Order: sequence, then structure tokens, then C-alpha cells
Amino acid sequence: MGKASFVVRRTLQLVVTLWAVGTVLFALFRLMPGDPTSYVVSSQMTQEARQQLIASYGLNDPLHIQYIRFLENLVVLNFGQSFHSNQPVTEVIATYLPNTLVLMLTAFIVAYAIGITLGVLSGWYRGSRFERSTVITALTARSVPTFYVGLIVLWIFGARLGVIPMSGMTSLGTGGSNAGFFDMVFSMDFVHHLLAPAVVLGFYYMGYPLLIMRSSMLEVLSEDFIDVCRAKGLKERTIMFKHAARNALLPIITAAAIALGYAVGGSVLIETVFAWPGIGREMVRAVLRRDFPVAQGTFIVLASTIIFLNFVADLAYGYLDPRVTYD
Amino acid sequence: MAQEEQSSGSIFTDLDDGSTDTEVNKWQRTFRLWQETLREHWGMLTDELSVKLSMLTVAGFVLIAIFAPYIATHQPLQRQYQGDDGILIDKWVEPSLLGANSEYLLGTTAEGFDIFSQLVYGTRAALMVGLIAAVFTAGIGTLVGLVAGYYGGKVDDALMRLVDFLYGMPLLPTVIVLVAVLGPNLWNIILALIVLQWRSTARVIRSQSLSLRERPFVKAAEVAGAGDWHIISRHLAPNVLPMTFLYGSFGIAWAILAEAGVSFIGLGDPNTVSWGTMLQASRAYSALSFGAWWWFVPPGICIGLLVISGFLIGRGYEEITNPKLQ
Repeated sequence: MGKASFVVRRTLQLVVTLWAVGTVLFALFRLMPGDPTSYVVSSQMTQEARQQLIASYGLNDPLHIQYIRFLENLVVLNFGQSFHSNQPVTEVIATYLPNTLVLMLTAFIVAYAIGITLGVLSGWYRGSRFERSTVITALTARSVPTFYVGLIVLWIFGARLGVIPMSGMTSLGTGGSNAGFFDMVFSMDFVHHLLAPAVVLGFYYMGYPLLIMRSSMLEVLSEDFIDVCRAKGLKERTIMFKHAARNALLPIITAAAIALGYAVGGSVLIETVFAWPGIGREMVRAVLRRDFPVAQGTFIVLASTIIFLNFVADLAYGYLDPRVTYD
Repeated sequence: MAQEEQSSGSIFTDLDDGSTDTEVNKWQRTFRLWQETLREHWGMLTDELSVKLSMLTVAGFVLIAIFAPYIATHQPLQRQYQGDDGILIDKWVEPSLLGANSEYLLGTTAEGFDIFSQLVYGTRAALMVGLIAAVFTAGIGTLVGLVAGYYGGKVDDALMRLVDFLYGMPLLPTVIVLVAVLGPNLWNIILALIVLQWRSTARVIRSQSLSLRERPFVKAAEVAGAGDWHIISRHLAPNVLPMTFLYGSFGIAWAILAEAGVSFIGLGDPNTVSWGTMLQASRAYSALSFGAWWWFVPPGICIGLLVISGFLIGRGYEEITNPKLQ
């Protein structure tokens, strides 16, 4: 099987996976106990008005009609309106997704820059005390729950020392909503708020590339061309970064694409701790108040980020490594 | 052919080192095979210091969980005192460990619960979630991986598409939605974790059994007329066992982390105490701002200790399965 047919097959698979996720979500939210309308319907409302409202959400139609409508809407990215605020779900997503992306990407870039460097060094200085301590640090970073580290950071630096803000993305009264998104992102106030969650997340993400880079380095270092480099009399530093690290980088690239997807999906906890108005926190709040459309829409965004980045990782692998065959 | 396979047991020559003359039946032989494999792995694993320490830590937590009623000084979910007008915030008692004049080792929560007892009982929840989820995720994953890898073709395709689909689901959000649908209790959290987490074990075990099934000893068993199930259970399974254990011990860690996260968000079991629900309560009563650190620091340390132990045991195992890592 050639490359082209692999891409086609993989694309079909992407579509099928997205459909399956959507279908499962549809079923799950219809099974959820509790009356979703109780949150929008006030007690003064008459029974008729209430029924009308339920009908306007299409909750009275037979399930298969609802399902077909759901799939149609999914294709055109219409996730309906929030039960809670009556806002279109796409607007809700457009409000919260950029916030999540800014936080995640910042943490991610820092984590991968540091993690890869430390991974190269610890693979190179295998068996040294430096190697042992970086590996233990990486394992520790991945073991302690991020939200707990976040809590401790908030307690020490926020509550006791007062050097970081306790919650949110901007200080009250700075008009974060009036100014444009990018004006906000490049303000000092925003950076001040971003610092703590980004550092906590970055520390957590760092462990993964570090461990992968280390084992990938160990594999590359045992290959013959490293000996050839030594025989040529190249400097150790040149061998380490130019020859070994570059060859060891391949697994990192695919792992990073996949990990970024899960990072966006796993944004739930850190956003909750720092009250960061991101899409993960919004999803949790929507689930807790039985706001199906918002919960559904935000979940689909999180899931499709993962699915899409997995897809990218699969394709990238073939392009980056000429040894890959498609069978 | 079939008769010969039954009587001589030539596939198991490594086991029949002349030590047994008596006829052993099929089950005894399988049992002995597994026993020996397990003993061998145990010996390799306990060679390393960090693994030993981790195992001691886990064992310590297991003891605490078993003897929780004798260690805990109070009932974990029993109000120790009543506040005025039912308002309990600010009424917490400081821990006697810090020199406060109280009968509570780690103080009480804002709701009037004894923190030390909650911590002790929380061990039960954590271990229960961790162990049950890990056993099932590793078990289901191994079984699916073996079946997919051994049969190949359509079976493999169908099972792996299912795994692909599960890989498309974000872990924590999915668990949150499932728990919200099924109802917030510990069993549903465990169930939701199992539903999702077997995916990684299945993928790894499949690729292992794909290569194992091409090996001469499997071919030999096939030629000797061994059935599918016989080959899977006696020839493939013992060989993928290290990977199963590896993913099992990582599974304990992931499950405990996920339970803590889900409980922290507020979807924990309201009727049991877990370290996650303790953290959630401390946040709900802003223990952070009041500086009541004895409330929210200990549960996190317990989570961290248990999870690190799980990772280190897994890592020790990884070095056995992949000596290049050492």
C-alpha cells in the first residue's frame, strides 16, 4: 500500500472516529438523569410556556429525529444554544478556547524546550548522578497531581506571599473584555496571571519529553555512526547536539503532537484550580449544571483536538522518517 | 499428532527437567508454568532499591487501609462538634501535632470532621480505585491485545478501531461525563476509568503478540496441533506478562490520580472519604486563604507517595523488559 492510499485510509478513519465520538456523546447526554430545563425554566412560568420551551429545544421529538438533527448540526458545526445563557455554543467555544490555547501552548513550549535539552544531556551522561537526579525529578513531576501543585503554589505565593493573583486571567476592572484578545494577551497584567499556571503545567509536561528523549538518545548513541563521528575527531558537543540529538528527535515530534492533544483535553483541572476561564473548566461547569449543548460542544472540541493531532502525528511520522513503510 | 501432544508435553521441556516423574495434568502444568514465571519476575524486580522502597510504601498503605478502623481516632464523616447557627467556617480546630490544645492529631475540617481519620480512611478509597482499576485495565487490555495480535485480520481490525476510538476520548472529561451520567460514587469512577484505560495496554500487548506469533515456538505449537486458546494462554501470555505488569503498575498510579482529579472537581462519592474529596472540601471552604494548610497538604502528599511508588515499580519493570534503558 502506498503513501497516498494510507493518507486516504487514515482520513476516512478520522471521519469515522469523529462520528463515533459524536454518537456516544449524543447517547450519554440523553441518558443523563435530571431535567435540563429546570435550570432555565423559572417557577413563575406556566406549564404551557414551559412545554413550549422544551419543544423549542427539540427535546420532545423522537430520539432518532433528534439524532439525525444532531448529526446534521455537527457537520455544519452548529452545537445549538446554551440552556443556561441562551448564547450559541459556538460563541461560548470561541470565548473560552483561545484562553486555553494560550495557557497550554505557553506551558508546552517551555516544557518541551527544557525537557528535550535535559533529556539529551541525561542520555549523554548516562549513569551519572546528573542523569539519576533528572530522571527522579521527571518522575516526581509526573506523579504529583498538577492540581495539587497548583494548590500549593497558590497557597505559598498567592495567599502567603501575595506575589501572584489567586484566580482568573485578568484583574478586575482592567477591561479584559473590552480590549481585543491580543491586547489583553500582551498586557503585563495577563502575563502576571499566566505565570503561575503556566509554570505548574510546564513542570508537569516536562517529564514526558525528558524521558522519551533520554531513551531515544540511548538508542541512537549505540549506533555505529556515533563511533564514526568520534573517529573523525568531532567535538563531543557537536556529536551530542548535531548528530545524536537530531536523530533522536523523531519520537519526540510524534509524541509531542499526541501529548498536545491530551494537554488540551486535560486542561480541566488546572483551569479549575486557577479559575482560568478556559474550555475545560467551562465543560465541567456545563456538566455540573446539566447544560447539554455547551457540555457537548466543548467536549467535541476537546475530543476532536486529540483526534486531529493523532492524525497529524501519524502522517508526520511517514514524512519525517523515510524508513516507514505502509502496509 | 494430537495424542503425542497430550502425552509427551514436549513444548514444556523447560519445565520437565526430570524433576517430576509423576504424570501431571494440564491444569497443574499450566499452574506451575505461571508460578515459575511469576517467581522469576519477582526476583528480578526486587533487585533494585527504589523498587523495594516503593513496594514497602505500597505495603504500608495497604496495612493502613486494612486496619483503618483501629488507626483512625474518630469516624471520618462524623461531626465532632456543632457550630453556632450551623455555621462551621472558622470553627476548625488546629492540629495537636502543632502544639494546639486539642484531641485532633491533624485538626478538624471546617465541617467539623477529624482530618487524621479522613486521611486514614482515604487510603482505602485510593487503594480500592487504584488496584481494581489497574487489575481490570491490565487484564482486559492484555486479553484484547492477545486476541487481536494472534488472530489478526478482521478481528484485529475491529478491536484496534475500537482502541483508536477510545484514544480519541480525552481521559478526564470522559470520566467526568460518565460519572455525571451514572451518578457520583466510587464504583462508577472505577468503571469509567476501566472503560477508557485498557486502550494503552491493548495496543502494546497487540504489537508484542504480533511479533511473538511469528516465532518458531508458536509455529511449533501450531504444527503440534495446539488449539488457539492453548497457544494464547500458554505460549503468548507468559511472554507478554512483563508488559501487563508494567501497565498494571502504571495503571494504579493513573487511576489514583484520576480519582483524585474527579473528586476534586466535585464529582466524588459524597458518602466515602477520599484524598480527592478532602482536597475538594478544603478548596470549597477556602482553607487556602485561611492558611489551614494541615487540611490540604497531607492528602496531596499521600497521593504523591502512592503514585510515585506505582511509577517507580513500573519503571523497575520497564528496565527488565527493555534492558537498553538501564
